[in-house]
Amino acid sequence: MRFEYLQPLTLQETAALLAEYDGEAKIIAGGTDLINLIRTKAIRPRYVVDIGRIPGLDQVKYDNDGALSIGALATLRSLETSKGIKQRHPVIAQAAAQLGSVAIRNVGTIGGNLCHASPAADTVPSLIALGSTVKIHGPAGDRRVSLEEFFTAPGQTVLQRGEILTEVCVPPMPSDSKGVYLKHASRGAADLAIVGVAVVATVDGGCCRGLKIALGAVAPTPIRARDAEKVLDGKAINDALIEQAAQAAADESRPITDVRASADYRREMVKVFTQRAVRDAIAKKNEGCNETSALF
Amino acid sequence: MKQLITLRINDIDEEIYVEPWWTLSYVLREELNLTGTKEGCLAGHCGACTVLIDGKPVMSCLYLAMRAPGKEILTIEGLKGDDGSLHPLQEAFIEHFAVQCGYCTPGLIMTAKAMLDENPNPTEEEVREGLNGNVCRCTGYTKIVEAILAAAEKQKI
Repeated sequence: MRFEYLQPLTLQETAALLAEYDGEAKIIAGGTDLINLIRTKAIRPRYVVDIGRIPGLDQVKYDNDGALSIGALATLRSLETSKGIKQRHPVIAQAAAQLGSVAIRNVGTIGGNLCHASPAADTVPSLIALGSTVKIHGPAGDRRVSLEEFFTAPGQTVLQRGEILTEVCVPPMPSDSKGVYLKHASRGAADLAIVGVAVVATVDGGCCRGLKIALGAVAPTPIRARDAEKVLDGKAINDALIEQAAQAAADESRPITDVRASADYRREMVKVFTQRAVRDAIAKKNEGCNETSALF
Repeated sequence: MKQLITLRINDIDEEIYVEPWWTLSYVLREELNLTGTKEGCLAGHCGACTVLIDGKPVMSCLYLAMRAPGKEILTIEGLKGDDGSLHPLQEAFIEHFAVQCGYCTPGLIMTAKAMLDENPNPTEEEVREGLNGNVCRCTGYTKIVEAILAAAEKQKI
């Protein structure tokens, strides 16, 4: 593991460095993923560009309409503990709390979680279900991409050479809408998700509105379960429909067999956890459902 | 090329030359002889390398030494009092037989210290969840949780 360590003070400086060291430079934020990648020789950057000195990238801010802006360098711990987020987008705090451990969350960032682009990334399904977008700074200027379209393959995003993720933008969550993120993992938070399910919905007189379901760890990227949504959205909720939606979600998933679980098991767990998540979202009157589902 | 940096560790300013790719756990152990901090998995999963940075637990095996100047770093060696007395957590771990091979112990104690500093009155559930990042292969955690709850009690007086 050998590299040169650079600490630019502005985005412009960073972009210039990335351009100059075209393909040989990697950005480090918290480092909890990157150091592992370098140590295991999965990547061998000659330059590591630490963006931690750039001011203003770690802010968590609400505007007057309740829209949330999360700086790329906001730590997962800050998302987990933010009063504003716990009040207005609690599912984001709930999801962040299920990633890694306190020590990892103290240093790991939302930007890193997104850009590392693991299909199992814990912050992503709920952000997708909330309709989030991301802001990207690049040599050609700034652009916005819907988070659903940000991921292209395991470990791959739409970021081009020289581009830097700067912000995650989350639309306001209607006050009568509820979100749940359930993570199925061996060791609770500390392990990667076998299956992750996020549900955001408004329940109005026994009817489901604005239902969004997003799945993690069961496809090459995090995905929306649109077929599952169609089963339930706008309909009167009943057990049979919930089960049908969960089956649709399982059918939409494209899991692989790996060291954590088989594809068959994952598909079955998509069904189980989609049902649980939908029921949780429907049942919730107030927030604070901090549930992981450990195998033991 | 090595760079000269100053790290503030256990209230002492240490000037050392470091390579950019050296992690904090490597520097603590190999350059400063503070071998209380252990390297277990070198991947941030086991917690044996846990130290406190500005009061917060961090996996030092994933933390570049070059990031550490300007931070207050506390290792297990820094826990005992100036008069050499053990920290209540260290005493509780001994009293409650929470140590077997001892490899996970420094990391656990640092995590526990930060936990109690933030939440002096944790429930057993909160203690167990807070220890999520620390693996122990010997004890089964029962005595560890007991020790932490006992230390919390002791510190309340």
